Amino acid sequence: MNPRAAMNFRAVWAIYRVEMARAFRTVLQSIISPVISTSLYFVVFGSAIGSRITEIDGISYGAFIVPGLMMLSLLTQSISNASFAIYFPKFVGSIYELLSAPVSYLEIIIAYVGGAATKSIMLGLIILATAALFVPLRIEHPFWMIAFLVLTAVTFSLFGFIIGIWAKTFEQLQLVPLLIVTPLTFLGGSFYSIHMLPGIWKTVTLFNPVVYLISGFRWSFYGKADVSVGVSLGMTLVFLAVCIAIVAWIFRTGYRLRN
Amino acid sequence: MSSIISISGVTKTYATGFKALKEINLDIERGEIFALLGPNGAGKTTLISIVCGIVNRSSGTVTVDGHDISRDYRAARSLIGLVPQELTIDAFETVWATVNYSRGLFGRAPNPAFVEKVLRDLSLWDKKDSKAITLSGGMKRRLMIAKALSHEPRVLFLDEPTAGVDVELRQDMWAMVRRLREDGVTIILTTHYIEEAEAMADRVGVINKGEIILVEGKAELMRKLGRKQMTLELRAPLSAIPDGLSNYALELSADGSQITYTYDNQSDRPGVASLIRDFEAAGLQFRDLDTKNSSLEEIFVNLLRQEP
Repeated sequence: MNPRAAMNFRAVWAIYRVEMARAFRTVLQSIISPVISTSLYFVVFGSAIGSRITEIDGISYGAFIVPGLMMLSLLTQSISNASFAIYFPKFVGSIYELLSAPVSYLEIIIAYVGGAATKSIMLGLIILATAALFVPLRIEHPFWMIAFLVLTAVTFSLFGFIIGIWAKTFEQLQLVPLLIVTPLTFLGGSFYSIHMLPGIWKTVTLFNPVVYLISGFRWSFYGKADVSVGVSLGMTLVFLAVCIAIVAWIFRTGYRLRN
Repeated sequence: MSSIISISGVTKTYATGFKALKEINLDIERGEIFALLGPNGAGKTTLISIVCGIVNRSSGTVTVDGHDISRDYRAARSLIGLVPQELTIDAFETVWATVNYSRGLFGRAPNPAFVEKVLRDLSLWDKKDSKAITLSGGMKRRLMIAKALSHEPRVLFLDEPTAGVDVELRQDMWAMVRRLREDGVTIILTTHYIEEAEAMADRVGVINKGEIILVEGKAELMRKLGRKQMTLELRAPLSAIPDGLSNYALELSADGSQITYTYDNQSDRPGVASLIRDFEAAGLQFRDLDTKNSSLEEIFVNLLRQEP
């Protein structure tokens, strides 16, 4: 490598390729199982429960839950992809190679977060395609749909990366997604509009950051939102900024990596 | 300047307060084979990890071929290959993929012909499509070496390279190290198998409790600190050493049939010739005589004993 080169692109590519190769190697776990679970959501929520709800904000219930389902998978998969990708080499010890390579922190982040985000975006699109088999879909703001998809995937992959560095055990690795992210997503309006909630709970829900992601994302589909789309975008960017700040701190101090 | 690695004033204190390294100063000469000896927990791996960028140092500076390992980490790290002690490989990657990955990680353009040569040299070519998980321990060790050599490093660190390795692989590895040295690669190996250092190294550094106790050319070290022993097999057993020989540090074997004289090269004690003269003057006769140089192992053990 030319030592004066500003970026070690070959390293970024090498890491990214390994990450993508793992997704294809574990295709059953990475791609097929989320497709199956999404289909199950449609059967249970869309058909069984949806037959009683029929419409929310003028949208059929089946179609209404699509953005929420995509977000649910996007958040959990981004976190689990990125956290596992950095935790696994830490666990088996092969991280020595990454740390001893002429690779900057920015390059490490681009490669790992890029890999994790790519996988979850692909997954999101697969879920969208699966959903299209069950319900009629329309996307009013495709640009913003892609923007929310990418922003959310990147933000939560960064968040997963932080968890992967922080975790010392497999249990800790599962802890945050299981105890915090999944409940927040379920309670964040994936399957209902927050306007359907009784008084106080509507206010409480506004403290759940996932509400803003799902609301903004749903707006890009149907032009209807629980909260204004500007606020949704702002909240997503704030969370992204927080994750970037934490990652910068981790790298500056060598936290749980070089100590 | 002929040193390729320059370590000055390096310390490492872990968060627990444990001082792994205390003020290390060490220069590694270009093209040499340097053996870093020390007991378990002496700080060998910590020192290597700092030079390679795996562990942050608490203070001090390290340069590799003039490049500071912090300021100019890209240039410094791209010169170094590391074979760590533990067999740590992504088990699900194939040999071919993982070696090419290492090359890419170090910013090198793909070069299948070079990677093939590395794999052939390490008898891994037949296994190139096998996943790491299917390899034997010895093969995994070869794979770790292949990964370290994949980006054509100028400095190679081998951390305990032959721990738990069979004779054939050990000999292959030693041959490989010599070949690399002929190509001008500097090699630093840590070991607590002294025979390894004795067979391979140009210079030896001894580290204990986070401090470098000494650095010396191997031959010089053995000459300076080595001791000699002469054993005389007596014609007739003795019950005690005669008074006329009390000047010498002699040891009589339990059965009285052998006398051992231990002397070192720097001592101003009377030499072997005068002992033999005095021996005969005391009316003693010997049947056979044997002399032996102390091994690096004995020197090493003595050095550690002298440490407070």
